[in-house]
Amino acid sequence: MFSLVRSMWLIFLHMFHKRETYQYPEQKAPLPARWRGRIALTRDPDGGERCVGCYLCAAACPVDCISLQSTEDESGRRYPEFFRINFSRCIFCGFCEEACPTYAIQLLPDFEMAEYSRQQLVYEKEDLLINSQGKYPGYNYYKIAGMAIQGKDKGDAKNEEPPVDVKSLLP
Amino acid sequence: MTNFWWIIGGVLFALLNTAAGLIWVERRMLALWQDRYGPNRAGPFGLLVVLADTLKLFFKEDWIPPFADKIVFVFAPAVVMLSVLMSFVVMPFGPHIIVADLNIGLLFFLAMSSLGVYSVVLGGWASNNKYALLGAMRGASQMISYEVFMGLALMGVVVLSGSFNLREIVEAQRTIWFIVPQFLGFLIFLVAGVAETHRLPFDIPEAESELVAGFHSEYSGMKFGMFFIGEYLGITLISGMLVTLYFGGWLGPAFLPPVIWFAIKTFCFILLFILFRASMPRPRYDQLMEYGWKVLFPLSILNLLVTAAIKLWLNT
Repeated sequence: MFSLVRSMWLIFLHMFHKRETYQYPEQKAPLPARWRGRIALTRDPDGGERCVGCYLCAAACPVDCISLQSTEDESGRRYPEFFRINFSRCIFCGFCEEACPTYAIQLLPDFEMAEYSRQQLVYEKEDLLINSQGKYPGYNYYKIAGMAIQGKDKGDAKNEEPPVDVKSLLP
Repeated sequence: MTNFWWIIGGVLFALLNTAAGLIWVERRMLALWQDRYGPNRAGPFGLLVVLADTLKLFFKEDWIPPFADKIVFVFAPAVVMLSVLMSFVVMPFGPHIIVADLNIGLLFFLAMSSLGVYSVVLGGWASNNKYALLGAMRGASQMISYEVFMGLALMGVVVLSGSFNLREIVEAQRTIWFIVPQFLGFLIFLVAGVAETHRLPFDIPEAESELVAGFHSEYSGMKFGMFFIGEYLGITLISGMLVTLYFGGWLGPAFLPPVIWFAIKTFCFILLFILFRASMPRPRYDQLMEYGWKVLFPLSILNLLVTAAIKLWLNT
């Protein structure tokens, strides 16, 4: 019986405690840096697209909300012809970010993407591309990978040995 | 005669507005006690949430389940409103602000609050739903058994004041409020009152964590709204009765009008009811009955006998 009265008193005192509420639209909640929010396509340090259209994100996506078509430009670099994410399906699991071999697709700490119509939630490539390197500044896939493109032959990449003629190694 | 209609209109206006305002008060106070803000967006201090809630209730689909007993289903929510509003008839809000100055006012109040049981029972029965029926059964037994010692606890006040007339009971408290000589009776009436309005912690007829929503599971729209408003009116009624019977009703220092004193005291008790809700766990059903019959019932009889004995002893 006494404990009931005591708990009533303690709860009454809560009236004078600090509020836990964030008054949301005016006062934003602090989001952690790794918050999985809006998906974006990042760019490399030179401003080019990082995405190479490998389809790994689309394959990893558990709700099949990513669709893209890869193509190649005249310099031999692959890029997505279109890249479409249906955010009305997306569950923000971050598997696409994990699957991406070139750090192109990244989830940002931003969740304010409400729309009045579902069609508005389908983001095209120009909506997804941002002018930023995201979480991996300085990373440039074509500068590191051993793939030959125009202006950069095999063996020219960073930390890459020149190619070996395997036939010369025959005994 | 015109004065009479003014009183009825005024009381109805004040009561229905209080009941609606309590939506806001309760949500705001619960939030305060849970370190939140509560509704604070619509209008000043979120007061317009009342309007929003009411509009929502009005425009919701008013659905009667095909398996329900239709006439009784529609009738049940009206009973709770009617019985609670009728109880206010005998409540003295001020020296002359009383709708009907009955000489059996207290008995009338008890009778009307007993009729409130019908809304729970009929509502649960007519819903033709397991959970609703379980809730109605619990509600019936809870309210009927708590009715017993609610009445018995009040008899102490009747013995002291020598009248069933609520106006005279208030007048009898000019020297001392009955909370002092009748403290035990006050506690019993408070507990019984909470059980009578089936508010938390004694909300086992609706017990949303076990019985969906108990006796009003099947209700929607304004029919649910009637139960809702009936519950808030019930809180106001019990708070008003506590004030009238134990805290001197409209009596108070003369710098405020009597009606304001009554309103302030009643509001304090309404807040206490909300604090109960914020802090207490719900007892098990059998615990509630056991507590009622084995503890409160003997205590209320003891209270009555001792009060009567002292009264007799002082008179001789």
